[in-house]
Amino acid sequence: MSTYIAPVKDMLFAMNELAGLQDIVTLPGNEEVSIDLVEVILDEAGKFATEVVDPLNPVGDRQGNKWKDGVVTTADGFKEAYASFCETGWNGMPASTEFGGQGLPVTVSTAVLEMWKSASISFSLCQMLTLGAVEAIAHHGSDELKATYLPNMVSGKWTGTMNLTEPQAGSDLAAIRSKAEPRGDGTYAITGTKIFITWGEHDMAENIVHLVLARLPDAPPGVKGISLFIAPKFLVNADGSLGERNDLICASIEHKMGIHGSATAVMSFGDKGGATGYLVGEPNRGLEYMFTMMNHARLNVGLEGVGVSERSYQHALAYARDRIQGKIIGDKSGEKKPILHHPDVRRMLMDMKSRTEAGRAIAYYVAGCMDRAKSSPDADVRKTNQTRLELLTPVVKGWCTENAQGITWNGVQVHGGMGFIEETGASQYMRDARIITIYEGTTAIQANDLIGRKTAKEGGKSMQALLADITATRAALNATGNPALAALADSLGGGIAALGEATNWLLATYDANPQAAAAGSVPFLKLTGIVVGGWLMARSAQVAAGRLDGADGDFYKAKLGTASYFAQHVMPEANAYRDAIVNGAESVLALEEALF
Amino acid sequence: MKILVPIKRVVDYNVKIRVKADQSGVELANIKMAMNPFDEIAVEEAVRLKEAGTATEVVAFSAGVAQCQETLRTAMAIGADRGILAETDVDLQPLAVAKLLKAVVDKEQPRLVILGKQAIDDDSNQTGQMLAALLGWPQATFASKVEVSGDSVRVTREIDGGLETLALPLPAVITTDLRLNEPRYATLPNIMKAKKKPLETLKPADLGVDVTPRLTTLKVVEPAKRSAGVLVADVAQLVEKLKNEAKVI
Repeated sequence: MSTYIAPVKDMLFAMNELAGLQDIVTLPGNEEVSIDLVEVILDEAGKFATEVVDPLNPVGDRQGNKWKDGVVTTADGFKEAYASFCETGWNGMPASTEFGGQGLPVTVSTAVLEMWKSASISFSLCQMLTLGAVEAIAHHGSDELKATYLPNMVSGKWTGTMNLTEPQAGSDLAAIRSKAEPRGDGTYAITGTKIFITWGEHDMAENIVHLVLARLPDAPPGVKGISLFIAPKFLVNADGSLGERNDLICASIEHKMGIHGSATAVMSFGDKGGATGYLVGEPNRGLEYMFTMMNHARLNVGLEGVGVSERSYQHALAYARDRIQGKIIGDKSGEKKPILHHPDVRRMLMDMKSRTEAGRAIAYYVAGCMDRAKSSPDADVRKTNQTRLELLTPVVKGWCTENAQGITWNGVQVHGGMGFIEETGASQYMRDARIITIYEGTTAIQANDLIGRKTAKEGGKSMQALLADITATRAALNATGNPALAALADSLGGGIAALGEATNWLLATYDANPQAAAAGSVPFLKLTGIVVGGWLMARSAQVAAGRLDGADGDFYKAKLGTASYFAQHVMPEANAYRDAIVNGAESVLALEEALF
Repeated sequence: MKILVPIKRVVDYNVKIRVKADQSGVELANIKMAMNPFDEIAVEEAVRLKEAGTATEVVAFSAGVAQCQETLRTAMAIGADRGILAETDVDLQPLAVAKLLKAVVDKEQPRLVILGKQAIDDDSNQTGQMLAALLGWPQATFASKVEVSGDSVRVTREIDGGLETLALPLPAVITTDLRLNEPRYATLPNIMKAKKKPLETLKPADLGVDVTPRLTTLKVVEPAKRSAGVLVADVAQLVEKLKNEAKVI
């Protein structure tokens, strides 16, 4: 077993050099924040992740949750760790100060959230769902709902959930059937069954605040007829104390491939006539409200990809440094050495490392865009950053989670036969990672958003602006006269051409042949991820190249080497994706149904 | 009563240490650093004494590179009121640190100095003892319990075969053992507040101390690998081996 050590230095590098933390701390509203404060916050969060959360992860995996008569018992240690997580203030950290959070920039909370996700995706999900619910209530709820629920949710005393999915309504939420009948006293009687409810029932908090999508009796069909309700596990009295048990119950929990530590509940509302619910915002606007939180939620699931990749890499690296096996090819010393010396083990580790760093780079870059889009005093800056984050949000979600599959798969492979044995712990990261390309919108849904709303429907302007920025970096790298950076510029040039050509094809095809465009959508998302990842890795290399002689020379040497690996091994995939997108739609669609 | 808590920035105890290829020391590039765990216990104890109303002020002190400021901020996030850093890039050895501490004690006049019994990087276990000698103060090392009453302090210390209780008049030096307390995790609001607490940076020369190293490290090597054990046939063989091979009896 390895121990998770938060990569604080890598995180600070990405925050400072790619997300623009120096500027972010000067934005209005961030007066309390400074770079050295951020360092201390990351150190302390890292310590908590290492000492409290990381050791829980294998326990949650092995024990899972236990369900009996609607009551869910979490694995040993979760309850205590959650209490400590709330006491120390980490639970509410990203929330606004108005409700007891710290109101820190997204860039800062992003780095801290990555740590929880590295240490345990299962544990981190409770906070993520709670804060998602907090955001929905804060943006759309009445003052009364806010006052009743938010302070206790931000502190973590109560947790939150999102009840969207139903057996017949997965990716297609228009098919939702749960009902809400007005009772005439301002409350609603909610009936229906919800599935896949993360942390839907547990023993870590005294109350659980369910956000539920349901239809009013007179609601129009489809997406325009869905409303959002709050249905707490225990009703809340006027004085804020807990009242009677609401008519909702956890009917069962799922047996899953991974994230065993978090209970995935089937929730049954209104078995005794109707669960009491309170309308959030206006009727029939529930789905629209859910979408306002989507950028954050998708960034956070993309971060799960980065976090679990980092953890899997650290685990594999520790094993590769220790495990002595086989003669090293070309090594004449005859000494037995750790497997880290085998070229192919190094290739796997470099692949894991470079893709993880590229994923972190994109995620933090987008977090920086969020901060500027929200707080910059300059309207133009707000607008450009909003456009950029809208474009790249599906890429963060789609690419970082897809990458995590190969990275955690290699994490098992580095262990050889022992990787297949549960005792080493390598496979948990692979199994836990498997859900992240699925929930919060599958990769195909992200890709559909990227090719449609974010590219074709706006004439490709955002993508062209992005390509212009990447091209400028390429020119800057060439202008340095440094051969190592010029090589990166060459590789980046290939990526720019591939993404440019694929974008032109997409713009020409999207309306004329939407099926062909959709057939290439996931390759297009991966292509975008690779080129943007390569761009940010090249920018990192440019910074690093100027600091090789300083105090942290080795750190920057590694940054440069990692960027070179990405340029030589990952960037070439861009051409293959371009070819598949531009020439490959026909074969995807050719077979008639009967020929499958 | 003012308490001085000296703290050291060391490699995080969760990090697996590797010796540098040239044997000049251990790898520090891109290695996570943190407060020495024994010192963390010292900070916690001082903060508890303050919370109990026994102490009025807790001052954290560190010596070393500029990044020690972060370690001092951590101490302040746990509850220390202010920090002092003697900043230097020189490799500091226990005697130099003890002299710096003596100068700080002369300046600050604390009634109690609580520090870790040793640092987990060099395991010297010398600074507290040297400081007590330089100050001419009583010392209680390896404390597992500290009870201050009026002008004296009772310290329970862990020794081979049991516990020893000492009564010391104040001022005194106490070094902490692992079982003294379990340090808290700093809360986020306190981390934010720590930023606003005063942190004074000095140079060793400002304290009139020459910190030039007196010892030279010749080389650093990994500990020898343990060789495989053997099964002994009977007690007689065991005794024979202990006597003649291991030479321990």
